[in-house]
Amino acid sequence: MDAFLVGLIAATLRVATPLIYGTLGELFCERSGVLNLGIEGTLFLGAFTGFAAAYLSGSLWIGMLAAILAGALSGWLMSLLAVRLGVNQHVSGLGITLLWTGFSLFGFRLIFGEPKINPTVQAFQPLSPFGDTPMLGPIFNQHILTYAALAIVPLVWWIMYRTKFGLNFRAVGENPEAADAAGLNVYAIRTQALMIGGALMGIGGAFLSLAQLGSFTFGIVAGRGWVCIALIIFADWQAGRVLWGALLFGGVAALQLRLQTLGLKLPYELFLALPYLVTILALVVAGRNVSAPAYLLKAYRRE
Amino acid sequence: MEMKGITKRFGSVIANNQIHFELRKGEVHALLGENGAGKTTLMRILYGLYHADEGQVWVDGRPVQIHSPRDAIQAGIGMVTQHFSVVPTLTVAENLALGREGSPVYQPAALENQVAQLSRHYGIPVQPGALVRHLSVGEQQRVEILKALSRDARVLILDEPTAVLVPQEVEVLFEALERLCQAGLSVVFISHKLHEVMAVCDRITVLRDGKVVGSVEKAVTTPTGLARMMVGRENFGVTRQGERAASQAVLQVERLSARNRKGLEALHEVTLEVQAGEILGIAGVSGNGQTELSQVLNGMLKPTGGRVLVGGKNVTGLPPAQLSAAGVGRIPEDRSSGVVAELTVAENLVLDQLDVFVSGGRLDRKRINANAQTLIREYQIKAAPEDRTRTLSGGNMQKVILARNLSRNPQVVIAAQPTRGLDVGATDYVRSKLLEQRARGSAVLLISEDLDEIMALADRIGVIYEGRLMGILPGKEATVENLGLMMSGHPLDQIASEREA
Amino acid sequence: MLNLKIERQPAPVWLRTLIPVAAALATFVLTSVLLVLARADPLQAYYHFLISPLSSQVSALEVLVKSTPLMLTGAAAAFAFSTGYYNIGGEGQLYAGAVAGAWLGIVLKGVSPAIGIPLMILGGFIAGMLWALLPALLKVRLNVDEVVTTLLLNSVILFIVSFLLNGVWRDPVSQWPQSPEITMGTVFFKLVPRSRLHLGFIIALMVLAVMWFILNHSALGLRMRAVGQGKEAARFAGIDVNRTTLIAALVSGGIAGLAGVGEVAGIHFHLIDSISDGLGYSGVIVATLGGLNPVGVGLSALFIGLIQTGAQSVSRAMNVPVYLGQIVQATLLLVTLALLFLQNYRVSRRR
Repeated sequence: MDAFLVGLIAATLRVATPLIYGTLGELFCERSGVLNLGIEGTLFLGAFTGFAAAYLSGSLWIGMLAAILAGALSGWLMSLLAVRLGVNQHVSGLGITLLWTGFSLFGFRLIFGEPKINPTVQAFQPLSPFGDTPMLGPIFNQHILTYAALAIVPLVWWIMYRTKFGLNFRAVGENPEAADAAGLNVYAIRTQALMIGGALMGIGGAFLSLAQLGSFTFGIVAGRGWVCIALIIFADWQAGRVLWGALLFGGVAALQLRLQTLGLKLPYELFLALPYLVTILALVVAGRNVSAPAYLLKAYRRE
Repeated sequence: MEMKGITKRFGSVIANNQIHFELRKGEVHALLGENGAGKTTLMRILYGLYHADEGQVWVDGRPVQIHSPRDAIQAGIGMVTQHFSVVPTLTVAENLALGREGSPVYQPAALENQVAQLSRHYGIPVQPGALVRHLSVGEQQRVEILKALSRDARVLILDEPTAVLVPQEVEVLFEALERLCQAGLSVVFISHKLHEVMAVCDRITVLRDGKVVGSVEKAVTTPTGLARMMVGRENFGVTRQGERAASQAVLQVERLSARNRKGLEALHEVTLEVQAGEILGIAGVSGNGQTELSQVLNGMLKPTGGRVLVGGKNVTGLPPAQLSAAGVGRIPEDRSSGVVAELTVAENLVLDQLDVFVSGGRLDRKRINANAQTLIREYQIKAAPEDRTRTLSGGNMQKVILARNLSRNPQVVIAAQPTRGLDVGATDYVRSKLLEQRARGSAVLLISEDLDEIMALADRIGVIYEGRLMGILPGKEATVENLGLMMSGHPLDQIASEREA
Repeated sequence: MLNLKIERQPAPVWLRTLIPVAAALATFVLTSVLLVLARADPLQAYYHFLISPLSSQVSALEVLVKSTPLMLTGAAAAFAFSTGYYNIGGEGQLYAGAVAGAWLGIVLKGVSPAIGIPLMILGGFIAGMLWALLPALLKVRLNVDEVVTTLLLNSVILFIVSFLLNGVWRDPVSQWPQSPEITMGTVFFKLVPRSRLHLGFIIALMVLAVMWFILNHSALGLRMRAVGQGKEAARFAGIDVNRTTLIAALVSGGIAGLAGVGEVAGIHFHLIDSISDGLGYSGVIVATLGGLNPVGVGLSALFIGLIQTGAQSVSRAMNVPVYLGQIVQATLLLVTLALLFLQNYRVSRRR
């Protein structure tokens, strides 16, 4: 049992990593007032761009950089549509997801053709600061990005509640008129938030292809973007809770794999579906949308 | 500060027409006019929220370009509006820090200290660490004012500052203004309330229909003279004529309690009754439960306790459709709750009784149109049935609401802030319709923040304060003093006993 | 930053009619960049995209085939969106209908078409409705955001389909994950021999017609529009907002389910897991481009169907990845949205 639990925790951290990045990214978007349904596409774009850049350049870090830039670009595009122009956020977000999915698939075909064996890169290797120590060792056998993710959560909290930037961008999401009257540039702040959010999403996507898998497949994201959207509601729009939500989801997903190996005779699709169902349940329990930023989904326009 | 030749159009409406406005140092200059005269537009241009189509703004003898609130703040102009631009989920200190220069990182404690110092310096009391959404309206306004002052404002624009204050709080505000002006602050005081303007201002500029009618020193004018400038006639508004005999109570509210949308208690055991053929006015400063009272009586909010009876029938907690059927005519506080802007006038007029206008499974457009034509004529609505309701003026929209809700001869009328935001003509029309309903014998409950309106129309007046009814006075005994006391929390029996003491 | 002034002024009418043209041109220019990267001549590619599908009867009919499910998912989205209910679950509801179709096709073995086909239609509709029920109830009762719940359920049903196809419905002979062939009596017959155009096309047109009637000429439609454009005012007027939203959500799900059963009964004749490649999401695009009204939905479904057919043609002829079609769709949507909003504002230099 001990080994089972240890393995489970380790796997949970791994599975939760892209969710943490994705959800924190979306948090930036939503707290500034924009629901970014382009997250699924941005994760996909991050995975593809990271992989392609890494493959072509031979360097994983260049791949990561490319993914960050691609994510920021995606955020910028969303801000152009939803913030500057005030287009319906649901539809523009979905359009962006479709755009980046198509673009990534197109790009993959263009660069790699239809290979018999999937092209791979030498993935990031996990770091093991605790070496062979029992329990801590295997649990903390994670990628840099996972450690970074755990560190980023408090960092995001600190940014939101202890910096002027965070103050400004919270104000923009709750009452953009007040922010405008106080002399803040609402558009610029939302754009910045979307670009930062996009960059984080790009990292999340790149983690999937550069660290977890080492290659790029069409199903690499498989709806995780939508899970992030749900996790934000579950986390009541607070950075700290995002971590718990991601761990919960990751835990259930990791559990599914382990229960399989234990020979339980339940269909594995049930386990794949379980995290999603749990998220819906969590939404029912947690979410009456009371804490949503007051101006989420409303474009701001000054006459 | 001077504004020269300011013109601003919204589509085909000219909100400001070649306006000249001048402000001297250390003076309180009133900008007076009826709703829709263009006062707020002019000041929003000054503050950079709107862009003028023509004209120039001068500060200290030099022309300035103001394209955003940031520019205005830099030019030394601050503004406090009716809708506070504070962020409710942040603390007072955080709100004051918004948009200020300073280090990119902050500690809440240090911030709050700074704010406490500021508050002492200007003599404006605030609680630095409190979340703004927990503050009273008066306190929030003080935060707004402090915010403007802390940015070294030399010109302070106050847009209808007393609309949300109790008479006693108004005094506090005026005292603070006097002190600040002696120290050199110049104030633009936007209002439509004559007696206030006469009390606190040095000069008065009157706007009507987007144009300047005149600028006068207080010393040489009178309220009547100002009124004449504002509306072009001395006697304005409709008033209730004559006394009435007591009659059967048609609307009975017994110990009604309710929570507002945030879950806080908003109404506490309110008990009142309205008789047939009378207007019962409910006065009170905005935010004391009027919204919840009208929402419960309109069927939009479920009460947590108590009963509502119409004509003896228990209608507590019934949804809007059934209230309508029970003979309750409802005029909502917020016009956007009364009509669907994107639908046509004809569609809105039948929205509450669609089943009547259906034949053979389809909407009978001809009858719907005919119905609209009739109501348009009857209620003098300046629109065609196929017009989208959002293209109508506020007054005409209100007429559509009246038409739909009053045309079926209700026995009870619930009217909440019926003349808010309307021009003079529309206001008179709405008031005359309410009097008409009274003459017809229905029981009218008029909830209004406009004390003048209530005193002009109501047979009896009640005051609501923090969700409780402070007392109900017959029209004759309802003086501004009594009402003002009740509006600041003194129940009626207390006032009477204090008098005797 | 450029000192630009953006003010709200409706554009002259002639400008508005130019929008589809402008959108198409802008999309062309933007995607040309990608075509150049793929070492393909943009003009030639667009010829294959737009013209060649229409140049022969076979491919023109294929355009209609591709547009059939789009009309249905587009109608589903438009119907829900009109009420302000953002049903993004068309994809999942489509699959639900497909599952129902596959199941009925097995269970109704040997039945005659006169009974089989109506049952398939009914089954697909009901299945789509059922899959839309949970998010609808959660929204109406507990105010849980429907965007999230419908999206999540899209993923869940894919797992269910995979479970069925890899288990109970796996082909015993080939071990291929596909359900057994549906029985003849449940097949949506072809409308034109030697093409793939099937009964589903007629059904789609009928759904659009019914939708037009409901939205414009029925009390329900007016209630739906009222709720969609002004929920508070609708409630104030006595409309039962919850009931109206629920009806809209369920009917929307049902229509999407029809799309699914159509794909099974008219094209593939069994269930496979790639039966929909984002048809549900494309439906949202179609609904938006079509302005949420049935005529618009029909036209944009045809146009997107054209693009999808064209994408295959481009791919075959010029060795350009077929995903270009998806890029073109998405770009077209985003450009159209941008232009629609630009038309309400005028950008001018600030003096």
